[in-house]
Amino acid sequence: MTDITKEALSPPRSFLSQDAIQLFYRLLAVFLICAVLAVLNDSFLSLGNILNVLRQASLTFFIASGLTLVVLTAGLDLSVGANVALSACVAGTVIHTTGSPTLGILTGLACGGIVGLLNGIMVTALRIPSFIATYGMLWVLNGLTYWYMAGETLHGFPAGFRQIGSGYLFGLPIPVYLLLVFLGIGTLFAQRTIWGQEIYAIGANPVAARLSGIPVTRRLLLVYAVSGTMAGLASIIFLSRLNSAEADIGESLTLPAIAAVLIGGTSLFGGVGTVFGTFIGALILTLVLNGMNLLSVSANWQPLVTGIIVILAVWLDMKTRRRT
Amino acid sequence: MTPPSETSATPLLELRGISKTFPGVKALDDVSFALYAGEVHMLLGENGAGKSSLMKVLCGAYQADAGEFFYKGEKVTIASTADAQKLGIAVIFQEFSLVPYLDIAQNIFLGREPKGRIPGTIDRRKILADAKRLLDTIGFDIDPSVVVNTLGVAQQQMVEIAKAISQNARILVMDEPTAALSDRETELLFALIARLKVDGVSIVYISHRMAEVFSLGDRITVLRDGRRIDGVRPADVTPDQLVRMMVGRTVDMTYPRNFADKPGELLLQVKGLTSSSGISDINIEVRRGEIVGLCGLVGSGRSEVARAIFGADPTTSGEIVFDGKPISGEPDIAARRGIALIPESRKSEGLALLRSVGDNLVVSALRKLFPSGLFDPRSGQRTADGLIRQLRIATPSARQTVGLLSGGNQQKVVIGKWLAAGAKLFIFDEPTRGIDVGAKSEIFALIDRLVAEGAAALMISSEQVEICHVCDRAYVMREGRVAGHLARNELTEENIVRLGMHHA
Repeated sequence: MTDITKEALSPPRSFLSQDAIQLFYRLLAVFLICAVLAVLNDSFLSLGNILNVLRQASLTFFIASGLTLVVLTAGLDLSVGANVALSACVAGTVIHTTGSPTLGILTGLACGGIVGLLNGIMVTALRIPSFIATYGMLWVLNGLTYWYMAGETLHGFPAGFRQIGSGYLFGLPIPVYLLLVFLGIGTLFAQRTIWGQEIYAIGANPVAARLSGIPVTRRLLLVYAVSGTMAGLASIIFLSRLNSAEADIGESLTLPAIAAVLIGGTSLFGGVGTVFGTFIGALILTLVLNGMNLLSVSANWQPLVTGIIVILAVWLDMKTRRRT
Repeated sequence: MTPPSETSATPLLELRGISKTFPGVKALDDVSFALYAGEVHMLLGENGAGKSSLMKVLCGAYQADAGEFFYKGEKVTIASTADAQKLGIAVIFQEFSLVPYLDIAQNIFLGREPKGRIPGTIDRRKILADAKRLLDTIGFDIDPSVVVNTLGVAQQQMVEIAKAISQNARILVMDEPTAALSDRETELLFALIARLKVDGVSIVYISHRMAEVFSLGDRITVLRDGRRIDGVRPADVTPDQLVRMMVGRTVDMTYPRNFADKPGELLLQVKGLTSSSGISDINIEVRRGEIVGLCGLVGSGRSEVARAIFGADPTTSGEIVFDGKPISGEPDIAARRGIALIPESRKSEGLALLRSVGDNLVVSALRKLFPSGLFDPRSGQRTADGLIRQLRIATPSARQTVGLLSGGNQQKVVIGKWLAAGAKLFIFDEPTRGIDVGAKSEIFALIDRLVAEGAAALMISSEQVEICHVCDRAYVMREGRVAGHLARNELTEENIVRLGMHHA
């Protein structure tokens, strides 16, 4: 018995866990970016600009936070952008026809949630790899939205409804309050509920998770439904902020959301990452874009810069993460 | 039982003093083996006796640490599969190495396709004609343009053999070739073997079926614990004598076990369980306070029974009654009712290797520890720390990545997560695989304590010694069915092997 208790133990972990180290790097990156931008441009540190950055980041974050849970299970949801477009158009139509923003909001959330659930069913019951299932769903949703809108644009929503996306409360944009609320909810869900713990376990090893008694199918359904519902929430903010809905509003949303998740340190292999990290990822992405705007760098460079940041972030994670 | 004298002829292939050591195991220890032209040479032994290792040395997949090879009396080296191929040695594995989406002809001539006139193309007509001719010579009547993945196991085996013959193989190594064949297909294979013998092809044949050993074999070599025990002719031995040669392992340690005077109440009752994974009509009972063995050869369906009880494989008929109530469904239901599965492949099925010891220890107990659904990391940590102390898991802390622990400590973590979950029935699938001797006896002491406290255990093991020492009684499986039951006083290695093998 003593042979194994005595056996050479692997080196103890450092004082900080790897998650903490990765978070530290990211906060450092945010700080450095801010410092550089503050030196280069006077208006960067203005309250107006900072609030603008946060509001921009919140839109990416809503989509990316739900996506984070999917990625934690080693899946991917490529349909989020298309889901936002469909949900926005459906919600917009409901508000127009019934005149009730509440009903519109509920429909938008439900539409997003149902799409997510369908993704979940494809991944679990039909065993289609999530990448392919949601990629197919992207096309299906685009098709539905274009057919439904038939080239029309919905616009002109009640003033109360428009407050959600563009209003202020005590000097802060309402989306920023929503950002804080959902950052809190997302973090609590992932870190402080047994469902969150089970999601991490599934991502780390789905076979072992199932054989450990975790209801893997139900948790995956939940995760995809949450991702869809968050897309539905994002659709409401968009609708309210833009005061219009068109079929193509989702096309530029999916890839930045995935970028935020990856920059935030969530591993595409599953089991590693945090919702807070995704928030930082969305923030870094928005800060860089904002900085380029302020410095009058051509918008044509933005995709290139985003790509480099994603690759850099993932590479650094792989280097700091110990392999076993 | 003297080995047959073959002084009249030089063996086609002879191995002398072959040894092969893996870290911690001596897989082959001074094994000598002679194969004559046109004979079927049976290789016999328990799981882990060294048959597969010998086969791999023969075909160049493993390099022997010591020993010599002679081909027709001349010394040769087999250091790679290419060397073996040059000597005409081909292996027909249990898992076939055919490319499923290519046709028969393409598979036979894979990498050696006849070139067409245009560079980079294949002469389609020639490859089909050549394949057809080859298939005819082995008596396999099939269109060579049929795609391999539409073929049954027996037909794929025929293609494998045709492929080997096309490479001028003079020595065929077959690893349990009839394991997945029907009676009719087996007859066809035996007819083919007879034809190959006439052509002077030698066959090394690994089998667990006594009937085959006696009807097909010209000579028999028995291996045990990596050593050659004896070489005999079928006419000179009885099946019982062979079984005795295969077992009789010496044990240099005993495992701690306090046998209860009287078994407790019935905990698990499996009635007529059949699943699509190949087990049928399984009837098993396990009582509280018992360790019940589930033995049989690898592939006899032991793990499939464990998985079916746990809900990991869907069942097609039969009933499982646990703790007085029927149970069916996914593993989460079984786990919630109090069944635990400690799977055979700890690393791929038992643990999330990159997560911490603590995360792995509480993963099955989340619902029990946190009935409100709210997870408290500190309370989880306390539970994990308690288990680490209780099971004496050697880890610097609960935050250590579980993949960095030794095999024995990883196994304790897998067991620990079910302790935390409050399981009543522990199903162990090869609980001591890859674990050193000290940790083994710790694991057994732990199992003993569990059942003494009113839990029950169903234990699968290929180590018959362990079954005999630790179990109250045992079921022996053969080809997906329970072949027999052995009470405590009947529990000997010999009886296990006898029941586990096909008899003449």
